[in-house]
Amino acid sequence: MATALSLSHLGSLMRGVRSVDEVGAEERAASLAKRSIKKASKLWALDLAIRCMDLTTLEGSDTPGKVAALCAKGIRPKPGDATIPSVAAICIYPARVADAKEHLRGSSVRIASVATAFPSGQSFTSVKVAEVKEAVAAGADEVDMVIDRGAFLSGDHEKVYEEIVAVKEACGPAHLKVILETGELGTYDNVRRASILAMAAGADFIKTSTGKVQPAATLPVSLVMMEAIRDFVRETGRPVGFKPAGGIRTSKQAIAYLVVLYETLGAEWMTPERFRLGASTLLNDVLMQIEKERTGAYQSGDYFTID
Amino acid sequence: MAIAKRAPTELAKQTFEYAPAPESIDHIKIEPRYGLFIGGKMVAPHSKKRFPTINPATEQKLAEVVEADEVDVDHAVKAADKAFEGWSRLAPSRRARYIFRLSRIIQERARELAVVETMDGGKPIKESRDVDIPLAAAHFFYYAGWADKLEWAFANRKPRPLGVAGQVIPWNFPLLMLAWKIAPALAAGNTVVLKPAETTPLSALLFADICMQAELPPGVVNIVTGGGKTGSLVVTHPAVKKVAFTGSTEVGKLIARSLAGTGKRLTLELGGKAANIVFDDAPLDAAVEGIVNGIYFNQGHVCCAGSRLLVQESIAEPLLEKLKLRLGTLRLGDPLDKNTDIGAINSKAQLEKIEELVESGVEEGAQIFQPECKLPERGFWFPPTLFTNVSQSYRIAREEIFGPVLSVLTFRTPAEAVEKANNTPYGLSAGVWTDKGSRILWMAERMRAGVVWANTFNRFDPTSPFGGYKESGFGREGGRHGLMPYLELV
Repeated sequence: MATALSLSHLGSLMRGVRSVDEVGAEERAASLAKRSIKKASKLWALDLAIRCMDLTTLEGSDTPGKVAALCAKGIRPKPGDATIPSVAAICIYPARVADAKEHLRGSSVRIASVATAFPSGQSFTSVKVAEVKEAVAAGADEVDMVIDRGAFLSGDHEKVYEEIVAVKEACGPAHLKVILETGELGTYDNVRRASILAMAAGADFIKTSTGKVQPAATLPVSLVMMEAIRDFVRETGRPVGFKPAGGIRTSKQAIAYLVVLYETLGAEWMTPERFRLGASTLLNDVLMQIEKERTGAYQSGDYFTID
Repeated sequence: MAIAKRAPTELAKQTFEYAPAPESIDHIKIEPRYGLFIGGKMVAPHSKKRFPTINPATEQKLAEVVEADEVDVDHAVKAADKAFEGWSRLAPSRRARYIFRLSRIIQERARELAVVETMDGGKPIKESRDVDIPLAAAHFFYYAGWADKLEWAFANRKPRPLGVAGQVIPWNFPLLMLAWKIAPALAAGNTVVLKPAETTPLSALLFADICMQAELPPGVVNIVTGGGKTGSLVVTHPAVKKVAFTGSTEVGKLIARSLAGTGKRLTLELGGKAANIVFDDAPLDAAVEGIVNGIYFNQGHVCCAGSRLLVQESIAEPLLEKLKLRLGTLRLGDPLDKNTDIGAINSKAQLEKIEELVESGVEEGAQIFQPECKLPERGFWFPPTLFTNVSQSYRIAREEIFGPVLSVLTFRTPAEAVEKANNTPYGLSAGVWTDKGSRILWMAERMRAGVVWANTFNRFDPTSPFGGYKESGFGREGGRHGLMPYLELV
C-alpha cells in the first residue's frame, strides 16, 4: 500500500523541496555523459538495458497484430540467440492489454499499460480511476499514469496528489509509474517538486515523459529526478524506481542513462525492479552494438527483426 | 503456446564496473633528452647538469632536461632582447596572425598536448583534455585579438611594450599557465624567456616545437628549463624588464625582495585558501558538485581551490552527508584513464607536504573522513580527504595544503561567513552558494578576494581578469586587465 502522507503535510513538504541549479545540473549530466564505457562493462550495460526495457508502442494505429509482434520481440529480442534476455515489459494502451496477455503468458515479460487519459491527463478523475481499474482487470501488471500538469502548473498540488493516491488505490497489486511529463513542467525546480509530490503520493516509479511531448527524457532532467529519489529514500526509507522515456534511441544514450543512474543512486538501482528504459526503437540498436562488441563488426540491419 | 521462463543470463548476476578506458599514448613522441629553446631552435646547453622528469603516476622517467645555468639564461635573454626590436615593430596585425597561429596549432595538437600534460603532471586526462588544453588555446586566441587593438584598449593613453619578460610558471597547470603568461606578453609586443616548473617541463618543450611550426620569429619565445636557481637567474637578469611569477607565496616574497629597487615591473599570482560558502537556501546537489570541483579538481593542486568549506550550521548535516556519499563515487587511479576523476599527486615532495599537514589536522583534533579508496602501489597518491570539527586556528584551516584536502567550518549568519572567509592572509578566490541574488551581491562586495564565484567554482575564461588580494599576489591576468602588466602607458 502507498505510504501516502497526510494532506496537511503536503504544504510543508512542497515548501521544503530544495531548489535546483540549472547550470549545475546540466554540467553534471554532461560530465557523466563523457564516461567511457568499454568492452566488458559495455556488454554488461547493454544487457542490462534490455533487461530494463519497457518496449513500447503507443500509436492510434496499434492493432492486436502489432501488439502480438511486439510481444514476440519482447520475449525473444534476437531469435536464435539464447544469451539475449527478454525485455522487462511491453508498454501499450489499455485497450490492447487483453491482446498482450495472451501472447505473454508464461514469459517473464510484464504488461505495462498507460492510463489516466494518456498523454494529456485532461479528463475527470473518475474516468481516470475507472480506466486504471479496467486496465488492471484486463491483466496489466504495471500502470503508467500521467499527472495532471494543468493542475500542477496552476499551483493545485493537492489535486495532483489526491489523484495519484486515488490511482494508486485503483491499481491494487499493479505497480504504479507516475509520468511527470517534464517537457511541460518548464523548470528543473518544478521537476523536482513534482517528483517529490508523486513519490509522497505513493508512486512506485517516477517517469519522465509520455514520449508525445518534446523535449522528452533528457539526461539533466533524469539527474534531477534521481537526486529527488535519493533524498526521498533518505527521508522515508522507501525506494522508488526511475524510468526515463522518449527519445532514447541509441545504445550510447542508454549507457549514459545507466552511468547517471550508477553514479547517482548506485548499483542497487541497476535492476528492472528499480529502473526501466521506455523506448520503441532502441532495442535493435542495442542488439546491433552487442553483436559488434562480440564480433568486432557491424551487421546489416537486415539481421535484426523489426518491431 | 506456453513459453518457459528463462533463467537469468550470466551477465545478470554481475555488477557494474567500468572497464579500463586508457587514452592511447602510441602517437606520443617524447625525446630521451631535451635541450633549450633559444633563438628559435633547440640548442645544446652550456650547463652540463641534467635532471629527469618523471611520470608521478608510475615514477617512471619520461625524459631528461637541462638545468640551465647563468650562461644559458644569459643566451636566452639576449636572444629575446635581440628579437624585441623586430617583434615590437612588426605590424600589429602580423603579430596577431602569429598568435592566432599558435592558438590553432595548440588546437590541432590538443590530443598530444593533453596526453603529455597528464603523463608529466599526473592530472586526469579528462581535465587536461577538457580544461587545460582548450583553455590554453582560448587564451592565445583571445589575446591574438588584442594585438592590433591596443591603441584603443586604454582611453587617451599610448601603449608601449616593455621589452623582455621573464616568466616563471608552476606545475599545476603547465601549458595553461604558459598561455596565461606568453599570450598577453606577445600580443603587447614583448618577447619572453619562460621557465617551466621543475617537475613539468614537457608541455613547454612541446610548445617550443609549436613555435617552430608556427615559424614564430627567432627569439620571440625562449624556453629554459631548470629548478629554483634557474628561475632566479631569469628574474634577476638585468635585461629582463618585466617579471611574471605564478607559484608559492614564499617564493613570491623572495622574488619581490630581490627585485626591489631594480625598476623591473612585477606581477605575482601566489597561494590561496579560498572559502566556499554555502547558505541554507543553496541548491544542495549543485553545491556538492561545486565543492567537489572546488577542492578535488586537479587533486587540489589549484591556487584558487575552495579548500575551506564554510557551511551554514542549519544545513551542515544533510550537506556533509551528501558530500561524503559523493566522495565515495570519485574514481582515483590511472590519470590516463578517461574515467579517472582524481589523478596522481604531482611529486613526492608535494605528497609529503600534504601528508604532514593532514597529520597536523588529526593531531589538532579535527575529524578526518576519507572514502574507501584503493591507492595504486607505485606513484604518488592521496585519497580525497575531508576534515570536520575544524577551528579557524588549526593549520589545516590557515595554511595552503595544495592537495585534495577540504576543511569544513560552520557559520550562523552572513556576517559571520564574511568574517571567517576573510580571516586569512590570502585572497585569491571565494565561492558563494545561495538562491538569493541580493545575497550574492552583498557577499561579493565584502569578499577580499580577486575572484568571487556565485553558484559555481573553478570556472575560467580568458576574458575575465584573475588575480589576488593580500598575500595571494598582485596584478591581473586575463581580460583587458591582463595586458596592462605588459605595457607602458604614456
